[in-house]
Amino acid sequence: MLKSHLAAQLLNLLAAGLLLISFAMLSRRRTQRLITLFAWQGSILFLSTCLVAYDASLTELYYSAALTLIMKVITLPWILHRLMRRLGAQWDSEPLVNIPATMLVGLVLVIFAFGLAEPISMLATTITRHTIGIALAVILLSFLMMITRRKAVTVVIGFLAMENGLFFAATSATYGMPMVIELGIALDLLVAVFILGIFFFQIHEQFDSLDLHHLETLRED
Amino acid sequence: MDLLLVLGIPLLATLLLALPLTRRVGAELNAGMSFASFLAVSWLTLRVARGGPMLLWHEQFYVDPFNAFLVELTAFVGFTTAVFSRPYMRTEEHHGRLTPRRKRLYHSMYQLFMASMFVALLTNNMGLLWVAMEGATLSTVLLVSLFRTKASLEAAWKYFILCGVGIAQALFGTLLLYFAAEQTLGRQGMTALLWTHLYAVKADLEPTVLALAFVFLLVGYGTKVGLAPLHNWLPDAHAEGPAPVSAVLSGLLLNVALYAVIRCKVLVEGSIGSVLPGRILMGFGLLSALLGAFFLWRQRDIKRLFAYSSIEHMGIITFAFGLGGPIANFAALLHMTVHSLTKSSLFFTAGHAAQTAGTQRMDGIRGLAAINPAIGWSLMLGSIAILGMPPFGIFASEFLILTTAVHEHPWAAPLLLIALGVAFGGIFIKVQPMIFGDGRAPRLPHSPALLPVFVHLALALTLGIYIPPTLAACYNAAANLIG
Repeated sequence: MLKSHLAAQLLNLLAAGLLLISFAMLSRRRTQRLITLFAWQGSILFLSTCLVAYDASLTELYYSAALTLIMKVITLPWILHRLMRRLGAQWDSEPLVNIPATMLVGLVLVIFAFGLAEPISMLATTITRHTIGIALAVILLSFLMMITRRKAVTVVIGFLAMENGLFFAATSATYGMPMVIELGIALDLLVAVFILGIFFFQIHEQFDSLDLHHLETLRED
Repeated sequence: MDLLLVLGIPLLATLLLALPLTRRVGAELNAGMSFASFLAVSWLTLRVARGGPMLLWHEQFYVDPFNAFLVELTAFVGFTTAVFSRPYMRTEEHHGRLTPRRKRLYHSMYQLFMASMFVALLTNNMGLLWVAMEGATLSTVLLVSLFRTKASLEAAWKYFILCGVGIAQALFGTLLLYFAAEQTLGRQGMTALLWTHLYAVKADLEPTVLALAFVFLLVGYGTKVGLAPLHNWLPDAHAEGPAPVSAVLSGLLLNVALYAVIRCKVLVEGSIGSVLPGRILMGFGLLSALLGAFFLWRQRDIKRLFAYSSIEHMGIITFAFGLGGPIANFAALLHMTVHSLTKSSLFFTAGHAAQTAGTQRMDGIRGLAAINPAIGWSLMLGSIAILGMPPFGIFASEFLILTTAVHEHPWAAPLLLIALGVAFGGIFIKVQPMIFGDGRAPRLPHSPALLPVFVHLALALTLGIYIPPTLAACYNAAANLIG
């Protein structure tokens, strides 16, 4: 019981860290920093998954934690860093309009997320059930980040952060999806980043920058 | 064994066509492999038609009447599109829009796309369905931007981001489904997400969770169906990608995404025991049909025109599934088949017409009947078919949908009629000057492949007059399942 109690406390702490990182991502200008934050988010995910696996003694979850470590802490940030270097965009920063307003919208989203997660938390039997709200908040905040950013790379980091939120939701609500599905999702994610990498080069070649305002000429008409 | 062939052939083709040494025979190999898949799929569906639904590979795959006809349709259109794309891509290469390397990418990704659609249709596992749907998006992103023009890059980016975000919602929905399944079935790992298992216990699934899951699944997969207001990516991706890609996106991918929505709807309706999911589908469907029809009028690009027509038709089909009941479902399934055949044939013709005129802008395409009668007349016939003129199949399905709507939800019938009428006028007025009148243009360097167009239209015509008993039995069984 004591062990479980401590684990639950620790998990809540980690979840809070996850939420904090999501907010930090909303306000970061430099792409480089964002990638680092993304890697941190991955490591917290790794730790929390390990903790859940230990507490619930589920070997399957250890594998999925290992997958997180390999994919989200090592491979993806490495690919992103490399891409940035190759594109000569590693010191790019983007002007952000109205950070306080974005933060306020973010706060509203968090409250909304907790409201939405309420019925699920009530039904869940996992020790992590109280963090489902946070997982949903991470998803929504990443979504907000994708909407407010103007650089292709940041939008993609937002996309990946959203996937982190989904993964966290899966561990919180059900101790993770079946292993095969998780492998499939990881594969899709890897392919997605790979394709986006090719895509960045194509965009860069055509427009000489990764700014998304070049990509807003097609309209509904 | 047959399933191994169905999934193995396109995957093998993906690898083979990616190799540089198949470069010279890429188009032929692509068509040949697609034909082989078609044969394998036909064998599989024949077995299902004879022996009823079957579970394969530790229940991970499931073939029933609902997906059997869709997978057959997918394989067929996949094959004819591969036949069509041979001269089309050669002409593009001739015009200097395509390099041999990109052509190789095209062939390889085309097969990967087919493989992921087969997996999405045949799998029994809702998680695997998600993975395959995402795979289908990923394999087509680079195809939309194949010509590397600025507009095509933008379209592909939009496609990727919108569908990526959409499909992330669907993943959350799947997660909720798993959560609900775990509550009822217990922690079973792989089997808790199997559709057949969920279907067996659908009445015991937690209604609140499933209602929430349905919202996420509908938004997620609905983005890929092109339901308004989530349709933004669709016209751009259809207009800027090569014609064969537009044909398979419109004719096949939209169907597969809608298939996913309907599979989810069956479970949710069973769980919450109300008609709410059906009503939501009806709302989205009507909105898409109306929006698609009205936006048709403002298009200047021939492929955008037909893209909006796809939104309209997917709206009609979604509406019909929302109506429910054996007749509306039957009509929706028929409409799915005929729309897929007709719309892909229209994109084939539109592709050749654009190549002939050297532009996709409709005011630049004039007098097709004079320049190349075959292209002109196939555009005419295709337009007549898509507008739902008798005796084409779309007439039959739209008629059934309308009469059911009048019978059950009289308020919806006028709206549906407005959508049909507006779309009719829009397409008719825009297509007519492209076909008739004077026009002069150089001959295409490679003679166009119009055989697939005529085969598709002949099938669409046949289905309007006579539905083979096997197919009708298939539709009926699927319609009863959907409920």
